[in-house]
Amino acid sequence: MARYITRRVAYSFLSLFLLSLTIFLFVRVTGDPTTLLVEPGASQADIDAMRERFGLDRSLWVQYASFVRSLVHGDFGQSFYYRTPVLELYLSRLPNSLLLALAAMAFSLLIGVPSGILAAVRVGRFWDRAGKVFSLLGLSLPSFWVGLVLILFFSVYLEWLPSSGSGTALHLLMPAFALGWYFAAAHMRLTRSSMLEVLGSDYIKLARLKGLPESLVIAKHAFKNALIPVLTLAGINLVIMINVAVVVETVFAWPGIGRLLYEGITFRDFPVVQAVVLLGGAMIVIVNLLIDILYAVIDPRIRLEA
Amino acid sequence: MAMRSEAVPLSSRGDLVRGLEGFPLLPVTILVSIGLVAAFAGLLAPYDPEVGSLALRFHPPAWQTGGSIDHLLGTDHLGRDVLSRLIFGARVSMVVGFTAVMVAGAIGTCLGIVSGYLGGWVDQVIMRVTDTWLALPALTFAIFLTAIVGPSEMNIVIILGAVYWTRYARVIRGEVLSLKQREFVRLAIVAGCSKVTIMRRHILPNVLNSAIVLGTLMLGVVIVTEASLSFLGVGVPPPKPAWGLMLADGKKGLMVGYWWLTVLPGSCIMLMVLSANLLGDWLRVKLDPQLRQL
Repeated sequence: MARYITRRVAYSFLSLFLLSLTIFLFVRVTGDPTTLLVEPGASQADIDAMRERFGLDRSLWVQYASFVRSLVHGDFGQSFYYRTPVLELYLSRLPNSLLLALAAMAFSLLIGVPSGILAAVRVGRFWDRAGKVFSLLGLSLPSFWVGLVLILFFSVYLEWLPSSGSGTALHLLMPAFALGWYFAAAHMRLTRSSMLEVLGSDYIKLARLKGLPESLVIAKHAFKNALIPVLTLAGINLVIMINVAVVVETVFAWPGIGRLLYEGITFRDFPVVQAVVLLGGAMIVIVNLLIDILYAVIDPRIRLEA
Repeated sequence: MAMRSEAVPLSSRGDLVRGLEGFPLLPVTILVSIGLVAAFAGLLAPYDPEVGSLALRFHPPAWQTGGSIDHLLGTDHLGRDVLSRLIFGARVSMVVGFTAVMVAGAIGTCLGIVSGYLGGWVDQVIMRVTDTWLALPALTFAIFLTAIVGPSEMNIVIILGAVYWTRYARVIRGEVLSLKQREFVRLAIVAGCSKVTIMRRHILPNVLNSAIVLGTLMLGVVIVTEASLSFLGVGVPPPKPAWGLMLADGKKGLMVGYWWLTVLPGSCIMLMVLSANLLGDWLRVKLDPQLRQL
């Protein structure tokens, strides 16, 4: 167990190292880093000061070492636009992103899990087919399209919901729906296949043989076991939601990390863009690690295999 | 699990009819039509998609009051013909979508084969890089890259290729690992073929099916990403008519009810992505039993 965890942690550190190296190399090697790292319209003296600070005239390895050193100290640079440290900005937007992601996650599970179970229980019949159409639509409709249609319908024609901004629960409804739509379909697909697998297993057959009513077999025996992979995926998806919400947050002017990234690209605020990518990747690496460890704790087969 | 029995080998002629069972006719028709529209955009479009007249701003589609037959689907905020822009937009989506999928497929397939076949430290390096890139959220990564190299049609293709090759590399490597154990590969080694020859002549043809299935499934993802980039203003630069760009422009008119500026390009994206996904799902079941669990 300890060996397994040490190995997973080591891999994750390697991933984080490669992540920072990738980002670093892209910035330094493809084009002139000064145009990205120095504010647009800076004077020659400022540019020289920046060169000095980032050591742009020195070797790549020296530069990389100082890059990593500042990352470890939580220094992601200064936003050109807001004139505050990027990390501060990021952390101030994180709660909004988390709120949106949690709402979207609740919605996606509320839709995805019951419809997935229904599809598995009625496999090949009407509800299964309807579910298939739904999941295909969910995976094919881009979130900005869903968002814009929602605005058109609920804000412009019906005038029920505010089209943008944040603050009340009503503001949260449409962005959560637009963001959660795709994930509802993904969760439905996984619930369905996971349920089907469990329903085919021996202990379900046994439960049926001993005469349990079908509803009890599904609710008590199948559902609980089928839910584990779905919840795992949901854990990863929550982090992914935070990081892919840029389009939805732009459509609804929701002040989260996605919106910050959008501001970063429109104001040519490169440190912000770089920090959002780095922290997003790091978040996903860490959540993957946590899930691996959790699985090893729950399921002894995994840690023995390693 | 019930789907398992549907696998139909396409090996002999007699099976061809059964092989075409459930062929997604409508989606393929839609994709081919979009392709034809894109190819003959110059002949089909009634107006220049990039030039408009401010006097004709925000005309609604012909069937609404205030619309005219001159502009069947209305005009946008610069008085440009929406129909013409949609037609030329198909070209952008098709060209960017297909080339990006091919770039990603070429990089991912090559690296997947090399990684799986050579094994050892080469495999370790390629797979660690693949894992790392997979951890980066695709859209955010693409935005970051456009921030560095700047947006242009060519750059978008390269960026999407750079972001999505990892999906291929993973799957292809897995296939190669099992192919490597097969008789014909061992015989080729005994016969003295070089590693490069084996990878090119014996491994590559056997993973092409998977690469094609993955490519079809990726097409939808890539088109949505391209549209998202355009929507955020870091995709294909204006005044080129990309569907995502039209959506972003149309957003400004949404609150006053100019629905056609968002609903129409959005529907085009949706149709194309939906068709690609339906075709991909069918191909996956038909061509590649191993990928069915994806």
